[in-house]
Amino acid sequence: MPEIKELVKGLADKYGRARESLMPILQGVVLENNFVSDIAMTEIARELDIATAEVYGTATFYSFLDTEPRGKFVIRVCKTITCDMHGKKRVIEKIEDLLKIKMGETTQDKKFTLLTTNCLGWCHQGPVMLVNSTPYPSLDENKVTEIIMEYMSK
Amino acid sequence: MAEKIKINIDGIALEIEKGTTILDAAKSVNVKIPSLCYHEDLCVAGNCRVCVVEVEGRKNLVASCAAPAEDGMVVKTTTPKVRSARTDIISLLVSEHNTQCTTCYRSTNCELQSLASEYNVDSERYLSVLKPNIKVDKSSYSIEKDDSKCVRCQRCVRTCAELQHVNAITVAHKGKDMKISTFMDLPMNDVVCVNCGQCVTHCPTGALTERRYYHEIWDAIGDPDKHVVINTAPSVRVALGEMLGFPVGTRVTGKMVTALKKIGFNSVLDTDFTADLTIIEEGHEFLDRVTRALKNGEKVALPMITSCSPGWVKFIEHMYPEHLDHLSTCKSPQQMFGALTKTFYAEKMGIDPSKIVSVAAMPCAAKKFEANRPEMKSSGYQDVDAGLTTREIGHMIKQSGLDFVNLPDSKFDSYMGESSGAAVIFGATGGVMEAALRTVYEVVTGREVPFKNLAITPVRGLEGIKEATIKLEKVLPAYSFLEGVEVKVAIAHGLKNARTIMDQIKDGKSPYHFIEIMACPGGCIGGGGQPIPTNDEIRKKRIAAIYAEDEGMPIRKSHEVPEIKKIYESYLIKPLGHKSHELLHTHYKKRNRY
Amino acid sequence: MENVKRVDLIFGEYTQEKYKILEETMKKSNEQIITEMINSGLKGRGGAGFLTGMKWKFTAQEKEPTKYVVCNADEGEPGTFKDREILTKVPRKVFSGMAICGKAIGAKIGFMYLRGEYSYLVPDLMAELDIYHEHAKRFNLDFTIELRMGSGAYICGEESALFESIEGKRGEPRNKPPYPTVSGVFGKPTVINNVETFVNAVMIMKYGAEEFKKIGTTDSRGSKVFSISGDTPKAGIYELELGMTVAQFVEEFGDGDTKAVQVGGASGFCVPRKKFKDTIIGFEGVPTGGSMMIFNSSRSMYNVLHNYLDFFEEESCGQCTPCRVGCQQLLKGIQAVKKGEKPSSYLNQLLKLSENMKITAKCGLGQSVANSFSSIVDNFKEEMIY
Repeated sequence: MPEIKELVKGLADKYGRARESLMPILQGVVLENNFVSDIAMTEIARELDIATAEVYGTATFYSFLDTEPRGKFVIRVCKTITCDMHGKKRVIEKIEDLLKIKMGETTQDKKFTLLTTNCLGWCHQGPVMLVNSTPYPSLDENKVTEIIMEYMSK
Repeated sequence: MAEKIKINIDGIALEIEKGTTILDAAKSVNVKIPSLCYHEDLCVAGNCRVCVVEVEGRKNLVASCAAPAEDGMVVKTTTPKVRSARTDIISLLVSEHNTQCTTCYRSTNCELQSLASEYNVDSERYLSVLKPNIKVDKSSYSIEKDDSKCVRCQRCVRTCAELQHVNAITVAHKGKDMKISTFMDLPMNDVVCVNCGQCVTHCPTGALTERRYYHEIWDAIGDPDKHVVINTAPSVRVALGEMLGFPVGTRVTGKMVTALKKIGFNSVLDTDFTADLTIIEEGHEFLDRVTRALKNGEKVALPMITSCSPGWVKFIEHMYPEHLDHLSTCKSPQQMFGALTKTFYAEKMGIDPSKIVSVAAMPCAAKKFEANRPEMKSSGYQDVDAGLTTREIGHMIKQSGLDFVNLPDSKFDSYMGESSGAAVIFGATGGVMEAALRTVYEVVTGREVPFKNLAITPVRGLEGIKEATIKLEKVLPAYSFLEGVEVKVAIAHGLKNARTIMDQIKDGKSPYHFIEIMACPGGCIGGGGQPIPTNDEIRKKRIAAIYAEDEGMPIRKSHEVPEIKKIYESYLIKPLGHKSHELLHTHYKKRNRY
Repeated sequence: MENVKRVDLIFGEYTQEKYKILEETMKKSNEQIITEMINSGLKGRGGAGFLTGMKWKFTAQEKEPTKYVVCNADEGEPGTFKDREILTKVPRKVFSGMAICGKAIGAKIGFMYLRGEYSYLVPDLMAELDIYHEHAKRFNLDFTIELRMGSGAYICGEESALFESIEGKRGEPRNKPPYPTVSGVFGKPTVINNVETFVNAVMIMKYGAEEFKKIGTTDSRGSKVFSISGDTPKAGIYELELGMTVAQFVEEFGDGDTKAVQVGGASGFCVPRKKFKDTIIGFEGVPTGGSMMIFNSSRSMYNVLHNYLDFFEEESCGQCTPCRVGCQQLLKGIQAVKKGEKPSSYLNQLLKLSENMKITAKCGLGQSVANSFSSIVDNFKEEMIY
């Protein structure tokens, strides 16, 4: 996988090779690939001269640094209490229905992954979801349908 | 002088150095505070919270292992508040634990079990939150990992990182899913694990254990067709007693031999024999390298580094594959023994080598992996069929129902049962170097090493890296090119220190000619297969026993052992000769670091 | 508005702000700044409520030449979203506050640790940072600010976990002592403050400690930015004077049917209707980092607690026993009671457990689980059982 090697090397050139560079590098890989593969982690370990286990241990601590393959668009629906009170469940059902996947799954075309997440900081406008890094507050079934449709055409 | 402060623990007033933790302060006045994640060898984690105590004026309890005592502090270690909290914490640990203690290898030697028993926790207090379907990882020849018995104290992770600089295991995930994991949760056999077993000796429970092979050995012993031979490593005899009713540091060589014979091994031999052989081969290899470098001006890899510690060998294969030529090509004593058992011994005894089961009793977990290395078949068979740990031997003796404490002493069998004091000290850090120097110095100068009673004290002790310089003077004519040369040697134990040594070599700045490296802190006496617990106090006692054993031996130098002389006369012909290369030397493999 | 006093300190007068306050403050001596901060009585706005001026003073006193300022923008407490609003609307005040702190304590580098959930703010913040650095150069201020991102871990809001995360490690809280003022990020003396705290510092520099002290109560000086959500027609961000009662708050923000208010998020306290009148919002009563979640009588408090415990068992770092296993036990326990698999008296055992978690957990997360647990179980026991 030469492109992963290049990506990691580029990130290490940009952020440095000290231990503190690990987070920005992992984040950079996720930004590009939506997850950090074992190959990417091995390359990071090599660049920073630390053990692969350390890279893995650090990555798995953070829920946004997925170590499993994810779709091009990662949908994270907030499951914390106020979003829950204001219809999170219906929103999730709608997305599952639209994408024909269950919570936690990725569509066959690898375009979407559906996950829940903890408080996104939009409690006054729940339910809310993130698609990659973009927040979509004040969701209902109609609004979420519109948004998903738009992403489907991307 | 460090600043002194005054504190009070359970009504005892004491003065201690500033910076001392409450736990250590309490220990100094014999107040025992229970702990779990704390280990003398490791940095403080403060995560199990078992060691909490009450400090007057504070609402919250304090983890005594992590909290420095402060001047005027009044500490109470067993108030109802402390007892209630501690009982809850132990109960919580039990609630996420696989409590099938009856079938656990660490039963009666488990820190969680003792705590639960001491505090008499009620198994019904909390619901079980043990994760279902946890599979035991048995992929490694050396180490078994059973997450269902993990208390997440992280002692193994700290051991692997701090003591060994290997980082094969890590803490992964968080919250309820937090676990001790390898990279990608791969099987232990597929990661950068050197099999040293230090994680095993630092694990408080049965989560990390050595892979056991004694069932197969019992079967072989029971099979009349098989001839089962066992050889026992030097540091087994100074630690085995700890499991069988003797105080730490007791030498039980004679009783051990008797027990193994009674168990039914056809022949009980001494690994020390091949330790002596290692000295002859390795000593000559060293002289050969030096001769080629100094006399012939050849490019030769120096410093030469010992290769008897299989944890260390796998470490260098992973971490410094480009420097493998520094390793002595000598096999470890275990593997030399295995190769000779199914050749020389078989021949002498007139036994078909295919019927021989060759067993090694070792203080080591890595020896199991080493025995299974594909290249270790120079006899035409797997040279060593099984490497058993000191702990497994202890278990076998217990299973046999022998009254170990009252057993009479016996001597090792022959062939390959005779050895020197130089071989015994292989068990302690610095021992191989001392043994080698005793022989090499004499080969070169014709005189004994200039140390009182042959004790080369600069290479002894628990300091992480030791150095010594020996000046060669009035050498024999054959070694005239060495006249006046100062031989610089170094000894490292614990792979953290090995890394320092290797980084010097990597940078081309190593000042040494000859280096001894042992994977485990303290050397083999602190090996991953030794009785649990191991800490510096225990290491020192085992080391003292090793040197006492050496002093008690009639022969103290490898080259003076009659059986050694004989095997060269009748079988090997000469050190580094054709036969030696076939049976006693090996090669190494480059492995991935990442 | 009579029930609550609105203030316009945090969000006010930012549009024209060209780092004027910072420039003015640069003329003050470090001692003056710190004295002013101490005199203001400002307490940290992240929730723990340590006196900010003292933090600055302790760090300033450290001999170590390298020091750091860290802005905790890892806002993750359920029900809190005020830092996001502050960073969106008045980032210059935040940077000014960090710079003032940097000058006062003798730090040259500041880190802003922003939660990964807010990464969409990064482009704007980076642009604002460029502007800040231009101004800093203009008045010869040697204090640069770097942005560091989290990646979805609530525990990184705990200060020592946050340091670990900046250092590129798992966000596991450290043993204390040593405290950040002695050994913080990269082992150096560090002031770590919440986003809002830094803004407050700027306002103190502008108006002076005496003016600042006029707002709020003796124990809770100044205004507070509240994040209001739940069963309310007025969900949103409000800057209010501290010291009001929950009753006053509910009168203003409730939907007329409020049965409970969760003050301070999942790690805060649940105040039931019968205690509205007697409970003051502030350090003398129920402290809050700003999260106010309102529940009306249609809500099941069992569900609320279940949701919180779900959150905690995932977001605990997992290293210490009381928090890692305790959270799982509390959740499993209330489920078992609800299903009738455990008698209702088991709740008492769980309450005891939560108390033990409070006094034995390694960090604030595990210690504060008991807050919501006991205040919900104690006040809504029947909802837990039936």
